[in-house]
Amino acid sequence: MQPAVEFRNISKAFGPVQANADVSFTIAKGSIHGVIGENGAGKSTLMSILYGYYHADSGQLLIDGQARQIRNSQEAIDLGIGMVHQHFMLVENMTVLDNVMLGTEGGFKLAKKRGEVEAKLREICTRYRLDVDPLATIHDLSVGAQQRVEILKQIYRSANILILDEPTAVLTAQETASLFEILRLFKDQGKTIILITHKLQEIMDITDQVTVLRAGRVSGAVSTLETSKEQLANMMVGRPIEGNLPRKPFSPGAPVLSVSQLQLKDANGVQLLGDIDLNVRAGEIVAIAGVSGNGQSELMEILAGMRLPTSGQVELDGKLLPFGRRANADGLPATFRNLGIGHVPEDRLRDGVIKDFSVMQNTVFGYQDRVKNRWGLFDFEAIAKRCAHLLQAFDVRPNNPDLRIGLLSGGNQQKVVIAREVSAQPKLMLVGQPTRGVDIGTIESIHTQLLRLRDEGVAILLVSVELEEVRALADRIVVMSGGRITGELNIDEFDTTRIGLLMGGMHKS
Amino acid sequence: MKQMKTTELPRWATGFVLPVLNLLSALLVAALVIHLLGESPVESMKILVNSAIVNPEGLAYTLFYASTFIFTGLAVSIAMKAGLFNIGAEGQMYFGGLGLTLTVLAFDHTLSPWLLIPLAMLGSALFGALWAFLPGYLQAKRGSHVVVTTIMFNFIAASLMNFIIVKYLIPEGEQNPASRVFAESAALPTLNTWFPMFGDTPLNIGLPVAIVALVVYGVMVSRSSWGYQLRATGLNQHAAHYAGVRISRMIVVAMLISGALAGLAAVNSVMGSTHYLSLNFPAGAGFVGIAIALMGRQHPVGIFLSSVLFGALIQGGFDLSLEKPNIPVETFVFIQGLIILFCGAMENFYAPAVLKLINATRKG
Repeated sequence: MQPAVEFRNISKAFGPVQANADVSFTIAKGSIHGVIGENGAGKSTLMSILYGYYHADSGQLLIDGQARQIRNSQEAIDLGIGMVHQHFMLVENMTVLDNVMLGTEGGFKLAKKRGEVEAKLREICTRYRLDVDPLATIHDLSVGAQQRVEILKQIYRSANILILDEPTAVLTAQETASLFEILRLFKDQGKTIILITHKLQEIMDITDQVTVLRAGRVSGAVSTLETSKEQLANMMVGRPIEGNLPRKPFSPGAPVLSVSQLQLKDANGVQLLGDIDLNVRAGEIVAIAGVSGNGQSELMEILAGMRLPTSGQVELDGKLLPFGRRANADGLPATFRNLGIGHVPEDRLRDGVIKDFSVMQNTVFGYQDRVKNRWGLFDFEAIAKRCAHLLQAFDVRPNNPDLRIGLLSGGNQQKVVIAREVSAQPKLMLVGQPTRGVDIGTIESIHTQLLRLRDEGVAILLVSVELEEVRALADRIVVMSGGRITGELNIDEFDTTRIGLLMGGMHKS
Repeated sequence: MKQMKTTELPRWATGFVLPVLNLLSALLVAALVIHLLGESPVESMKILVNSAIVNPEGLAYTLFYASTFIFTGLAVSIAMKAGLFNIGAEGQMYFGGLGLTLTVLAFDHTLSPWLLIPLAMLGSALFGALWAFLPGYLQAKRGSHVVVTTIMFNFIAASLMNFIIVKYLIPEGEQNPASRVFAESAALPTLNTWFPMFGDTPLNIGLPVAIVALVVYGVMVSRSSWGYQLRATGLNQHAAHYAGVRISRMIVVAMLISGALAGLAAVNSVMGSTHYLSLNFPAGAGFVGIAIALMGRQHPVGIFLSSVLFGALIQGGFDLSLEKPNIPVETFVFIQGLIILFCGAMENFYAPAVLKLINATRKG
């Protein structure tokens, strides 16, 4: 049988950066094909070439056995190629139906009646078990449902080759499972799926074939049945990943953080956090596990001073944190920082760095008042010296303090944030999703830094949605669901099934 | 991976090459229009440069206008650094003129210039800041957009000043809607005392004061902890909050400083030239400040150069219209509009081409 897609010696460069170099592989019709690689390995570029966003500098692209020049995404759609982007391309305040019809209007008068399209959509939904109401408005839908709308849109446009770019990045475990069911159904109907991801487990769970990209080149092409996570990881990073990182034996000190009866309600009175009791001792990593959006972010923001709780108390080293009777949290993060709370925020680009500032300027972000002289002016010599030391110690690449931090990879941005927060020598370190959007090679170095901090006696509160990360770092695990703590276990009691149940809101009985 | 952006351009390109290309484009269109009006663009350019730069007295006028523009340019720039588009420099300058005038009218017969001039400057800054306070406060606490509120405050200032001047400030028996003429003690010392080649021109100590303001602005914005927090607020409020910046206060303070700088712009024109408060004396200087902030990219050197450019356009344009009857006085406004169009709205128009050129030369 003809392969659905064949890449022949595809190369693409952006200025000095070689994004794809001599990439060749085939994707069989009616299969689920995984494309994995670290951030910047060239996955997105390759898919953009397939979808007509970019043109290859050299090489050939064959669709169903025929060489094709795909000049724009319309031509890709005409060839039956559909793409579900990581960031959805939906108009928030329009209905599902209108979103699907958008782009297929066919002139001044709508080519098809809304009723007809609606009926067709309902039929597709039934056939592929897509649980979507065509008349619902997008912003009322959950992230998982929005993704189903994207898929629905592609099926409606009769896509035979479906590209999914990191589709599970925003999904809960349950939503991921149901997405995979849909994809399998898709495959059974003879359609081809290209799954771009960096999660090895997903590759193992659902794909038939895997192509691994590293630094723009194909570094491995295997059948899923004949490979293992370890082998794939090796092909991705080019060296084996350490299993267990070294850590000192667990010997926690005095409690550093004690949270009692913490509550948070939003402006409409909806409870976001309820009855949170929690403590973290010196030299201990407490990991909060849970599906994202279950109150972890809010809890971290309160502890970092970015948000006020509705009620409850928080003590640091036995002293109450000064939430007091403030009207808002303006300036409170600075107070908390001075009390010895470090914070690696979970949304790095929103909170943790200023993209347009240089790396050096970002190394004093939040600590700007500690590096000024008595005239209020920056001591640039000291800042540069400190920055050079941090970039060296935390292996930030490229080692260039004057580069805009927005030009660094996610992993290196995160290293800068962690270097900054660690160097302030906090008593308590709040760490949110430290390896989100970070490549595998960097994950290990970030984990090593956090463990070193723990060994030095710092109390660490970690939020992570990756159970692997929780297992690698935690001394104690707290599970949150629906804004409440549903369970707590020590690391030697680690049990995926039990944690999964707690994450789903099942209290231990 | 992603499409290359202008920000990937080296700083010399974004800071120098692009503004110059934009300016040249604006002048090119202006030349075309002058040609269509039936005059020679080359000759007109010669007249313009001669009367605005080469001739020392013309240069003095150019710099005199520039002194005002530096302040309005700084006013718009500092707000822009905080992410606020202060369209209200015009109204703040106008109201600053009132603060200045009230001070001078109260003390010009009793105080020496050494005391009176700083006091009047303080008055103008205070009133300018006052006029910017409410928009700043509403933005910080209520989220009312400063663009909308400052525009409205321009109109309010115009009406209010009209009322105040006509009702209270016209001396008895006068018809002209203006305050009484200030005493000699309120006149800013002119620079021709030290530089006789400037002749009988109003160029005064306002210029060195403006240059000091530029330096202070540069140091505060790029070298101080406060300026760092100001820029952080302008670029990303979420992150600034994370970093401990008091966002609401920062917004109010930035608007107060912006208003004070706009108010100070009144000093040069009222105490340096007319010596009385007249109706609509800012004559658009506040709006020119927007163009200057955009074109000078809020950098002190850029603000200075653009201010001089706009000063030269007024001075040269005025002489040009005298010599070339086909070219109306309004040509200056027209060229100003073109510059705003090319430097503001089409700021990055040439960026892709420049980027391509740089890449091509690097490869070759």
